[in-house]
Amino acid sequence: MGMRRRRDGIGPLEYTRRAWMRLILLATFVFLYAPIVTLVAFSFNDSRRNIVWRGFTLEYYEKAFNNAGLIEAFVNSLTIAFFSTVVSTVLGALVALKLWRFRFPGKAPYEGAMTLPIVIPEICMGVAMLAFFSRIGWPSGLTWPFNLGAITIAHISFSFPFVAVVVRARLANFNREQEEAARDLGATEWQVFRDIMIPYMKPGLVAGALLAFTLSLDDFVITFFTSGPDTVTFPVKVYSMVRFSVTPEVNAASTILIAITLVLTTIALVLQNRRTTD
Amino acid sequence: MNERRTIISVRDAVKRFGGVTAVDHVSIDIAEGEFFALLGPSGCGKTTLLRMIAGFEVPSSGQVLIDSQDMADVAPNRRPVNMVFQSYAVFPHMTVFDNVGYGLKVTSTPKIEIRERVMEALALVQMEAFAARKPDQLSGGQRQRVALARALVKRPKVLLLDEPLSALDAKLREAMQLELVKLQATVGITFVIVTHDQDEALSMADRIAVLENGRVRQIASPVDLYEYPCSRFVADFIGKMNVFEARANGFANDSLTIDVDGLGSLNVPHPERAAGALSVAVRPEKMRLLTPGEDRDGLFAVPVTIRNIAYHGSESHVFAVTESGLEVSATIPNRSRDHMRLAAGDAATIGWRPADTLVLVE
Amino acid sequence: MDSWRKFPLVFWLFSLPPTLWLLLFFLVPLGLIWLFSFGEKQGIVGIDITWTLANYARALDPLYLQIFVKSFWFAGLTTLICLLVGFPVALAITFAPARWRPVLLLLVILPFWTNLLIRTYALIAVLRTRGFLNDGLEWTWEGANALLTLVGLGDLNLLGERFQPFELLYNNFAVVFGLVYVHLPFMVLPLYAALDRMDKSYLEASLDLGASQLRTFLSVVAPLAMAGIVSGCIITFIPALGSFLTPDLLGGPDSQMIANVIESQFKSANDWPFGAALSFLLMYVTFFVLALRAFMTRGRAGLDAA
Repeated sequence: MGMRRRRDGIGPLEYTRRAWMRLILLATFVFLYAPIVTLVAFSFNDSRRNIVWRGFTLEYYEKAFNNAGLIEAFVNSLTIAFFSTVVSTVLGALVALKLWRFRFPGKAPYEGAMTLPIVIPEICMGVAMLAFFSRIGWPSGLTWPFNLGAITIAHISFSFPFVAVVVRARLANFNREQEEAARDLGATEWQVFRDIMIPYMKPGLVAGALLAFTLSLDDFVITFFTSGPDTVTFPVKVYSMVRFSVTPEVNAASTILIAITLVLTTIALVLQNRRTTD
Repeated sequence: MNERRTIISVRDAVKRFGGVTAVDHVSIDIAEGEFFALLGPSGCGKTTLLRMIAGFEVPSSGQVLIDSQDMADVAPNRRPVNMVFQSYAVFPHMTVFDNVGYGLKVTSTPKIEIRERVMEALALVQMEAFAARKPDQLSGGQRQRVALARALVKRPKVLLLDEPLSALDAKLREAMQLELVKLQATVGITFVIVTHDQDEALSMADRIAVLENGRVRQIASPVDLYEYPCSRFVADFIGKMNVFEARANGFANDSLTIDVDGLGSLNVPHPERAAGALSVAVRPEKMRLLTPGEDRDGLFAVPVTIRNIAYHGSESHVFAVTESGLEVSATIPNRSRDHMRLAAGDAATIGWRPADTLVLVE
Repeated sequence: MDSWRKFPLVFWLFSLPPTLWLLLFFLVPLGLIWLFSFGEKQGIVGIDITWTLANYARALDPLYLQIFVKSFWFAGLTTLICLLVGFPVALAITFAPARWRPVLLLLVILPFWTNLLIRTYALIAVLRTRGFLNDGLEWTWEGANALLTLVGLGDLNLLGERFQPFELLYNNFAVVFGLVYVHLPFMVLPLYAALDRMDKSYLEASLDLGASQLRTFLSVVAPLAMAGIVSGCIITFIPALGSFLTPDLLGGPDSQMIANVIESQFKSANDWPFGAALSFLLMYVTFFVLALRAFMTRGRAGLDAA
């Protein structure tokens, strides 16, 4: 069962140079991107029913920007994401530090419990939060931004374990001799933490924060269960728009959300690449 | 001989990690101004011992005294010793200047003094020009100097170095050996280095402690350690050694009559009586290759068959076998070209001065 | 790593805030749902915890069991398709020139960073009656028809009088299509990680010994990448199983999955105890699958675990 010598000069392991492999890759990328690209393209479509391309227009972006409900939802999403990110990053960093630094009884079950929010189906967490807030009589009708409290709490709960994973991965590569060197030179525990550990953790903290921000901004299911008529977030608003009617306005709103996510991801990647050696 | 005072005193120190005893009743006294080496194979406990002096390991029992003060409750950041870590541990997010100044900054030294002392320390290691650079812009050797400067700027009584040369390439290593010795002479403080490389220890240290399995086997100067190892382990660890089984048969006039199994009898100068089975050892460079007919001249001579001669330019390593099957290795300087005619399978005679024989009791 | 006793103050400082949060705002809510699953409705908003198993029994009703089975089936099919499509993609990325690899990986991950809602919504435009797939098929139909006419068989209407668009939306096909679309990146990443870690010399050795490419793939590549395959399948299957948005937006009345049923219990049907029971059953299934994975990887600790 020998092999024919290839005449096109491609080595036996250079799979990616083979035509059919490239075809599969191409087809997959087309499959993944075509719907999104089309959605973005059609947000500029001058047609109400949005089936055939009629012409270029920014009309629907205008509509989107003038849609008070949409703007309000957007502001809500940003506010929630901001607070969620701040608290999640702190909590996640604390967990990561605790797991990295200390041995303690019950560590394995604790680690398991900390990954529960990551693993659990979103719907289960959503209904759990709904049940919780209604059962403890979480006050409703609060003024902004306090009325976003329930959603924010829910977002923090599922975000901070993700941050913990990211920060922990960063800590795992820490050279403990740096810590010992600082102590050897006379630094106290606090000084070591402030001068050596926090600067080291920074890339992990930033990556974790960006992750938490994106998770919060994008979340639908859990927010769906913890939001009310006066506390609508951007994805929830888009959902109701989709259910109601499919107009290019929805496309415009979606494109805006995609753009924001892309910008954030790019920032994250740039930051990550700037710190390849540390 | 001026008695230098003891700056570090380890007294019967023991360190256990779970079921493993890393340091097993070790007692060492290190004098002020010495260049002292802890030498041994990996796992012998030398790094643990160093870390006990620095304060990163707490002894399970025993004491560590620095300048006659018991360090039992003293944290590492308060001890008058500083350490250069194996990975150098130079802080990647600080400039060279900030790195060296860190130890002064955390003890609230005034800025002007920091500046002065940092530049002074950098001058010591010839790194003044790099003060504004970041560690990722430096080579390994340069980072090591920064680590040195960083530790020395604190003017510790003792500088501890953990395998300082192991991460450097061969050429740089030899240069750094000389530099460290020079540095120690300039600064005048005690240096304690940990190394597994006996060449390093022999060339740099004033005194060496050889450790095995957590125990001190011998403490001596490099010459004494090499020429007069007190045990088979030390003899084997430092340099190469031919070891033969033997029996002591008599003692007269400060010399032992020793019957070497399979080789014959010789008289070895020895301070005291010994009896029974023991080992004798001879360094390969003490061996001589005798040409047939050459006068024995008091040497203890043994007929051998040459197995292999490895040519190393300035010297040849001869591997031979005696009639009774014992292996002998000799290191012959290539002073003349006569013996280069020898080849595997040839018969030859190897001899050595009985006085160069080492008697090993264990 | 230090024992917590060495620095108790620091330990508690690190430990208390996140632990308290997890307890109060995660475990307690879950516990509440667990209790509810043993409860009964009292009036409109009341729930009585009577420790009844009626809710769980009802979940095993053929009506709901069928939905469970269907969800499993959808998730399983999705996983299989993702594996079949994702493996060649992962393979292609692994063997691409080094400078292309991060770019290709990024291109695969990027859709994942886009909002799930938007991605699912985008598929509507693709799948509906006048959407792209149908338009494409129509175009193919017209092309084939033209070809037939050319050959003189036009009058026979072999392909039908006119193009009949396929019903691609609001049915099971759409749901699976959507699930595959959403979860494909999840499958590619662990596969890539496992393949990247694999020592390429194994492949070269296999080829050198005379095996064909296919044989090498089946006997060497697949087994060595098994840990990655298992990983990828798990992190595709579990989210697909608990999927809500995709069946909600793309499915028809008979394409409901578990998550949709749970949602209706908590919103429109207002039967929280039953919804709670269903939620927990879903969770138990999830944990079971994870435990299965842990069990499988433990037995292969010698080989690389992805």
